[in-house]
Amino acid sequence: MTSSKYAPIDYFSPAQWFNPAEALESKVKRAREQLDAHVRDIVKWHFSPETGCEFWLEKAKSYSFNPVTDVKGADDLHLFGTFEDDWLRGGPISRWVPKGFAGKPVYVFETGGTTGLPKSRMVIDDFRIDYEMMSETLPDASFPKGSNWLMLGPSGPRRLRLAIEHLAQHRGGVCFCVDLDPRWVVRLIKARNIEQANLYKEHAIDQALTVLAGGHDIKCMFTTPKLLASFDEALRAGRLEEKYRSLGKKIPPGGLKSIKAAGIVGIFSGGTEFTPQFTREAYEEMLDEGEVYMTPTYGNTLMGLACSRPIGPHDGFKITYYAPQPRAMIEVVEPKDYTVKVPYGETGRVLLTTLTREFFVPRFPERDEGEREAPYERYPWDGVSGVRPFSELAGSTVVGVY
Amino acid sequence: MIRIPALRFGKQYTSLDKAVLVHHVTGDPVAEVSQVTGSQISRDLGQMDAARALLSEIPIADILAMYKKAADYFVNATLPCGDTELDFEGYVRNLSATTGSPMVFCRRNALKVHYVLGNIEEVIGGLTRGLDHEALDKGYTTHGGRMQAFFPTTNVFGAVLPSNSPGVHSLWVPTIAFKMPLLLKPGREEPWTPYRVLQAFIKAGIPPQVLGFLPTDHSGSADILRLCGRSMAFGDDRSMAPYRNDHRVEIHGTGYSKILFGEDKADAWEQHLDMMVESIAANGGRACVNASAVWTPKHGDAIAHGISKRFATMSPRPWDHPDCEISGFAKPEVAEAINNMIDEQLKTPGARDITQEVRGTPRLVKEGRIAYLLPTVIRCDSPEHPLANKEFLFPYASVIECPQDDMLSRIGYSLAASVLTEDAGFVANAMACSHIERLNIGPLPTNRLTWDQPHEGNLFTHLYKQRALSQARFAGSGARS
Repeated sequence: MTSSKYAPIDYFSPAQWFNPAEALESKVKRAREQLDAHVRDIVKWHFSPETGCEFWLEKAKSYSFNPVTDVKGADDLHLFGTFEDDWLRGGPISRWVPKGFAGKPVYVFETGGTTGLPKSRMVIDDFRIDYEMMSETLPDASFPKGSNWLMLGPSGPRRLRLAIEHLAQHRGGVCFCVDLDPRWVVRLIKARNIEQANLYKEHAIDQALTVLAGGHDIKCMFTTPKLLASFDEALRAGRLEEKYRSLGKKIPPGGLKSIKAAGIVGIFSGGTEFTPQFTREAYEEMLDEGEVYMTPTYGNTLMGLACSRPIGPHDGFKITYYAPQPRAMIEVVEPKDYTVKVPYGETGRVLLTTLTREFFVPRFPERDEGEREAPYERYPWDGVSGVRPFSELAGSTVVGVY
Repeated sequence: MIRIPALRFGKQYTSLDKAVLVHHVTGDPVAEVSQVTGSQISRDLGQMDAARALLSEIPIADILAMYKKAADYFVNATLPCGDTELDFEGYVRNLSATTGSPMVFCRRNALKVHYVLGNIEEVIGGLTRGLDHEALDKGYTTHGGRMQAFFPTTNVFGAVLPSNSPGVHSLWVPTIAFKMPLLLKPGREEPWTPYRVLQAFIKAGIPPQVLGFLPTDHSGSADILRLCGRSMAFGDDRSMAPYRNDHRVEIHGTGYSKILFGEDKADAWEQHLDMMVESIAANGGRACVNASAVWTPKHGDAIAHGISKRFATMSPRPWDHPDCEISGFAKPEVAEAINNMIDEQLKTPGARDITQEVRGTPRLVKEGRIAYLLPTVIRCDSPEHPLANKEFLFPYASVIECPQDDMLSRIGYSLAASVLTEDAGFVANAMACSHIERLNIGPLPTNRLTWDQPHEGNLFTHLYKQRALSQARFAGSGARS
């Protein structure tokens, strides 16, 4: 098990599930016990006057139950109803800071906000913990320790920018970033100004090519599915080679017209919807039949990030995500009744729960739907596959803009 | 169910994303069509220089011979269609099943495609205005001692195609004869004709590396128009607006085609009733060359009633009936939306639905899963009425009275116009009118095309530009051919 500087209640090494000798049934039972104990710890933390935050302590006054004594495990979380993300719009942000962390430096990460107030989440260490836990799941051969990273994704007041940088640093590397404001892209798309949106995308890709041409020995990158495709298109069009020539640099033998040729060996990708077809296309046509390793992730500012099972032709490029339990939990539920989980393999709405000492989000209905997946050796709890915009909401929002 | 793959310039590709096409009457699945992404299209387009080089090496005489063979295969051969094979009748049946266009229309339109394949020399002669074919091999020729040289404007031609009118496929068919690789994005419900023509080409000897059949979504279509050096696209005014000023994209949008009576012929309107009915309603009235307005200096009410009486006899028939005159809407909500729009705009004073008065029944007919819109004539009191200059996906026309002297300045854009007059002055003004693209003088239906004269854009001048070319001998070298 990897040692961590974080307290045991904050850090749960994924390596605890890597033992192939332990039967899945045993792992499932152990994971469930761990989850229930964690739920009790976290609820007690957030609803105790000496450690909880103003928001939940105030909210508790309206409850007909006592969170500290009545919530004994994950099955009791339904007592909280569902979390409304509108509660996160506007301030003061301090009402979300647990008293147990008073005086610690606080980040605020935002989501949305093209028009109106964004949703804000306070963070102290959670993004570091989430990404360090995720780091344990990355294969070292594809994400070599000490490698430098390229962050080709959103910048600004977002978790991703700092989280990827921390991931790179945690693995002994340095992260190079681009400037990318997705709110501006959403505005352009809403105004049907596709030409400008494409130009902005080109601007982001050009920054990435400039970083690569700078000679920083970058081997790993984060990017979104759409930017990955644009990045690949630019490389195949010879734009990195153009950069080299413009800088008077010699183009290496074999050229620079693919992601592999550009020296990238591992890609951590997420931020927008991954379809099996896109994954297959990336695997077969952008990443040299999987020679460049790609791992999709699913997550958001509220939850953290869920890891996927290894992708590939062996299972039709199906993408199945598992939350970093017990710090977060994914349930796939009946859209008309969030207390009922759909059977395995059936479609339902994704319900997220975040359970950290920094932030408690019980049962938040995501904008996504998918199929409920059974526990798996490395992640012995429920997962979700085929994640896509929730059909009852699809069309009402602009998604996947970068 | 037939599984139709994408054809990625020599490679069949079965995608994990598929569009399922259903029979417009029964709702039963008929085909599933593999969909590709914009980035796959972009990747494939990276091969087009090589594809064009491959096609350039084939002498034009050989290519023209392959067209003749392809024409024969198109109507007489059993050709691959995904995981099955179809003869011509099977193709027509499937085409009708998924588009809702009656079999009789589908067959008629498919034969237009066959005509272009079989008479390609006449067609490219019309498009190039008689240019010697050797120019397509060498890049230049001389005619009457004058140099005629051309250079390609692109290395691939992309066509974003519609589902509603199989006749449009005759427009892109000459592309290969111009030695240009071809990328087809079929309409969602109409993969059949593009796929069959490409299979006929391949069987005739055209290298599959120069042929792309790439079904995709709106975003992928936009990528085709963005990435191809030259393309054509079909769509309404709103969807085509972003490309209005993009010279690389040849837009085939609403036609607003018209019949214009001169003062001298308006009294004899009854003699031209057949011509008017054909212009408005032929082939289901869905083509851009179907007339959507009749302008006349007088007898507007009588003309509207005359056409309406003929239209009132038309009624929906089964899709495979040999006398079918009306297309069904495979998506009934589209018919309902059009019907509602017309009803809403009739609330603006100054317009009457004459057909509905004559027929006595509503315009919208629903039968099972599908809907029909019965042919409609709206008598408008002025050209400013919102229904005066409209075009819909069914036989629809407004009838407007307007003085002859004002007519040409008020009609607005007209893809095809048939001017009924022997007044030399009116003819001269029509000839000079910049709003009209295809002009018929005399009682010719707007929908009748001549293949040696392109009616909308010119594929050759879209794909090639004339260049000045001079050649000189180097001292000491031999003569140049």
